Amino acid sequence: MTALAALVRRDVSVAMRVGGGALIGVLFFLTVVVLMPFAVGPDLALLRKLGPAILWIGALLASLLTLDRLFTADHDDGSLDLIVMSRTPLELACAAKALAHWLAAGLPLVAATPVLGLLLNLDATATGAVALTLLAGTPALTFTGMIGAALAVVLRRGGLLLSVLVLPLSIPVLIFGVAASNAALSGPSPFGTPFSILCALSLASLVIGPFAAAASLRHGLD
Amino acid sequence: MTLIDLANPSRFLALAGRILPWLVAVTVFVLAIGLYQSATAPDDYQQGATVKIMFIHVPNAWLSMFVWGVMSIAALGTLVWRHPLADVAAKTAVPIGAAFTFLALLTGSLWGRPMWGTYWQWDARLTSVLVLFLMYLGLMALWRAVEDPSRAARAAAVLTLVGSINIPIIKFSVNWWNTLHQPASVLRMGGSTLDRAFLIPLLVMAIGFTLLFLTLHIAAMRNEILRRRVRTLQMLQASKSAA
Repeated sequence: MTALAALVRRDVSVAMRVGGGALIGVLFFLTVVVLMPFAVGPDLALLRKLGPAILWIGALLASLLTLDRLFTADHDDGSLDLIVMSRTPLELACAAKALAHWLAAGLPLVAATPVLGLLLNLDATATGAVALTLLAGTPALTFTGMIGAALAVVLRRGGLLLSVLVLPLSIPVLIFGVAASNAALSGPSPFGTPFSILCALSLASLVIGPFAAAASLRHGLD
Repeated sequence: MTLIDLANPSRFLALAGRILPWLVAVTVFVLAIGLYQSATAPDDYQQGATVKIMFIHVPNAWLSMFVWGVMSIAALGTLVWRHPLADVAAKTAVPIGAAFTFLALLTGSLWGRPMWGTYWQWDARLTSVLVLFLMYLGLMALWRAVEDPSRAARAAAVLTLVGSINIPIIKFSVNWWNTLHQPASVLRMGGSTLDRAFLIPLLVMAIGFTLLFLTLHIAAMRNEILRRRVRTLQMLQASKSAA
């Protein structure tokens, strides 16, 4: 248990320091959201309608951008081999690393959502709903993305491949995240149904992700 | 002869050489019957002659899922039993499955234009099959990204098993989300809703396409084994001339 806690603490502090790259994700998120009005025009009513979708796409791309760092840094300096060889089960170590990654890269995205919602003319309820769906959905993005990150680290130069492999798996999360946010914003359909499916997707990826990532790390690093 | 005996590639090659001519003959025979039956099937009272696209479209769609199922079993063979032919089977099935999925999307869109008035609709079944196609392409990219075949096999096996979650979603998407695509009509509780005049050619075509997949797959597996042998021989030659 202490080993896992130490792993989480180490990963979070590495990610938060200079060159760790966790906050780059938030900066990227901001840039994507700022680009949108240039693409669709500064029509505030339209932006308000597209708001949840823009925020979700931005968060998805930002979390994809930082996923590359989940294992590569450890692979480069050799600590990944130590983690694989240690007595802690690799599945738990993967889950701990993904948790640390979510704390350092996913949670800041959720925290940035209210500010970015303001830029997109979203009112308080809508912003709250999008932030809530991101809070429930970003763990699913991290834990399914971890599978791709583990596959990419055993290949060389797998960064581009990572996005091709991970994006199809993240489509259900995107669908239900945007559906729940839109339901809170305008729709007659209730918020609860898509939101609980989103939570279920997160829980399922919490189970599947560490096992698949550990399997590909074990087989890939010989 | 058991499954373990087939693990020997030479035995597999010998068996494939004996089976393949017969398999090709049976496939051509069944497909010929199926095509004749579908050509002579009556026109639908609503759709007219375009209903015949179904006899190509539905088998392709079935095969797109069936091939992923075969790949998932092969992935288990790679990860659990370390069966040496499982990764050959998994690798060679990917392009065939991608082709079937592409044909299902293409014929579906050609059928959708006169029936629904649109080539493409973001409907649950169509979208999930498109995602399946993207995953096939991703797997092909993954196979090519790694040089060592046994290492690529294990990485691809993990991704195949994760991706197999998509298969039940595609199967039940038409029942869960009532969008444009019609609900299941052949395999359903309480029997098929299809008329016999359409059902029988459709089933014959489905069997014919499955046989076509088996033929192509065994031939591709044989090619892959031979390709690996050539590669090994080249490596041996190179190391000999280097020494």
